[in-house]
Amino acid sequence: MSELLAIVLTIITASTPLLLAAIGELVVERSGVLNLGVEGMMAIGAVCGFGAALASGSPYLGILAAMAAGAALSLLFAFLTVTLVSNQVATGLALTLLGLGLSGLIGESFVGQPGVKLERLHIPGLSDIPYLGPILFGQDLLVYAALAITAAVAYLLFRSKLGLVIRAVGDSHQSAHALGYGVIPVRYACVVFGGTCAGLAGGYLSLAYTPQWIENMTAGRGWIALALVVFGSWLPWRVALGAYLFGTVMILGFAVQTKGLGIPPQFLSSLPYLVTIVALVVISGNRALTRANTPACLGQPFVPDR
Amino acid sequence: MRLLLEKRSEHSQLMTVISPLIAVALTLVTGGFMFLAMGLNPFEALYVYFLEPLKFFWTFAAEDFWPLEQLAVKAAPLVLIGAGLAVAYSANVWNIGAEGQLTAGAILGAVVPVYFTDWQSPLTLIAMLALGAIGGMLWAAIPAFLKNRFGASEILTSLMLVYVSQLLLDWLVRGPWRDPAGHNFPQTVAFADWQVLPVFGESSLHLGVLLAVIAAAALAFMMARTLKGFEIKTLGVSPRAGRFAGFSRAGSVWFCLLLSGGLAGLAGIAEVMNTVGQLQPKISPGYGFTAIIVAFLGRLNPLGTLIAGLALAISYLGGEAAQVSLGVSDKSARVFQGILLFYVLACDTMILYRPKFVMDRPALAEKPT
Repeated sequence: MSELLAIVLTIITASTPLLLAAIGELVVERSGVLNLGVEGMMAIGAVCGFGAALASGSPYLGILAAMAAGAALSLLFAFLTVTLVSNQVATGLALTLLGLGLSGLIGESFVGQPGVKLERLHIPGLSDIPYLGPILFGQDLLVYAALAITAAVAYLLFRSKLGLVIRAVGDSHQSAHALGYGVIPVRYACVVFGGTCAGLAGGYLSLAYTPQWIENMTAGRGWIALALVVFGSWLPWRVALGAYLFGTVMILGFAVQTKGLGIPPQFLSSLPYLVTIVALVVISGNRALTRANTPACLGQPFVPDR
Repeated sequence: MRLLLEKRSEHSQLMTVISPLIAVALTLVTGGFMFLAMGLNPFEALYVYFLEPLKFFWTFAAEDFWPLEQLAVKAAPLVLIGAGLAVAYSANVWNIGAEGQLTAGAILGAVVPVYFTDWQSPLTLIAMLALGAIGGMLWAAIPAFLKNRFGASEILTSLMLVYVSQLLLDWLVRGPWRDPAGHNFPQTVAFADWQVLPVFGESSLHLGVLLAVIAAAALAFMMARTLKGFEIKTLGVSPRAGRFAGFSRAGSVWFCLLLSGGLAGLAGIAEVMNTVGQLQPKISPGYGFTAIIVAFLGRLNPLGTLIAGLALAISYLGGEAAQVSLGVSDKSARVFQGILLFYVLACDTMILYRPKFVMDRPALAEKPT
């Protein structure tokens, strides 16, 4: 039973970075911008978070640094795609290549160093309840933060005027512009929000999930987060559900591996990627669902007429 | 002060040519500052990085010719893959999994040395190259099928398959394909003499270099002079117009993915035949991803990728040289490549738009009507 508990706890920590990155990207895409640079922003967040925590000894400063680093890279992306209307697909790829390269260079001296771990919370009494206590009240701060961000995004996007403006900008930038809404400022803000979340997701990897720095430690999670947005058909709670499903698949792979059933570890490691493809196929095949929720201006350039 | 973009009435021909040059210049300036931040003399570092490999052009010394050969050998896979990607991207088919197709090509091509180790015939090389291309095509056929049948984004599926192919390769070289006489190293048997591409004379230039030039020229011809090229460009610029012309979107997805995948597979098998000489867990320093930059720097023109491929090959060679003589990590090469793509994309804005700096928005009341 305690083994099952351990698995559930790891599933939660494996799902959190996916959720953080995906919920940020969801807001970006809702505003009509496709940022394929999530992987790069996560890598930079991971290395900067690790470095800052190592230098200061505080995982919380590491988290702040990770967020700032992700935001800084996304600002670069916003300048190119929103101000200079460059091709969003290509610019996102550039961001990923730059982020991965830069993180490798920055992190070279961090390889093999023990990191600073973001500890799990312990609320006396509540966290000690058997089974439910550690799951509900004994996680690290960012697990709750990820769910709180999801709730906030779900509320703001669909229950507030701000959300209406963001969705209007993403669905019809010309109309939003004609109504006097600032398409460009809204997109800047959304892209930077997404970058902050991606940086945070990266920081979670190097501070909580595996407190160390390994080059390419994001291992495609940024791309999986992008797929999760499609899988969740741009709806926050569906994305959260998807993130936890993916976390479960990843961890069950590891769990089977430790049992030693003779399945080559490479097959189990490739499981998340294969599941991503299957999930994309299943959800994209449902045209009605995707068409209803895909932001109509996703990936399209916008130049204000004056 | 604000930046305004004014749409040009037509593409600026001048900017099409000079925007990549501006991008390269800006990359060098940024790189200089980066070296300065690392505590190096930026001029010396930039010289080692970008000019040392080209020393032959002003020394004409025989020993300086070798880096040029290395440059061509490094550029060959970049051009092969980049030319195919340039065609695909022109059609708005975003194959970003060339690294995976490269790996798949290398795996399938290596079937010959692994299973038919002693088969020695003039056909051996042809069979290996053909299998390599087929391997890449098969791997690229997966995203093409999923795109056309289910509408799944080829960007994400092709990329996911990169990880899958690398894990497959890792399993093969550690498991069923491991060289029994290889002291447990994760690698296959070393390819025999008749399983590597012929080289020209005494040089290290192998047949793959020639293949890259031929592929780039053939694709440039296709894009400029044939109906297929017109179809691809039309569907890329205006899918609606393409449909009215009777061009099939699904057909172009298949064509572009199979073409770029096949070339990536060819690059993969050529790379393991000559540079690596056997299958290992890591067979490419990210050529499939760097080729994306090659395609854009080459203006999505297959001939342009020839020059762009050489330019990016310099960054690989320079990275190695800088590691040896300056102690800078060769990871800096990837940073340069990323910065370069950023600048290329930023400068490309000037092809379609005329940037204007205005001091402030004029008040509406003062505007003459």
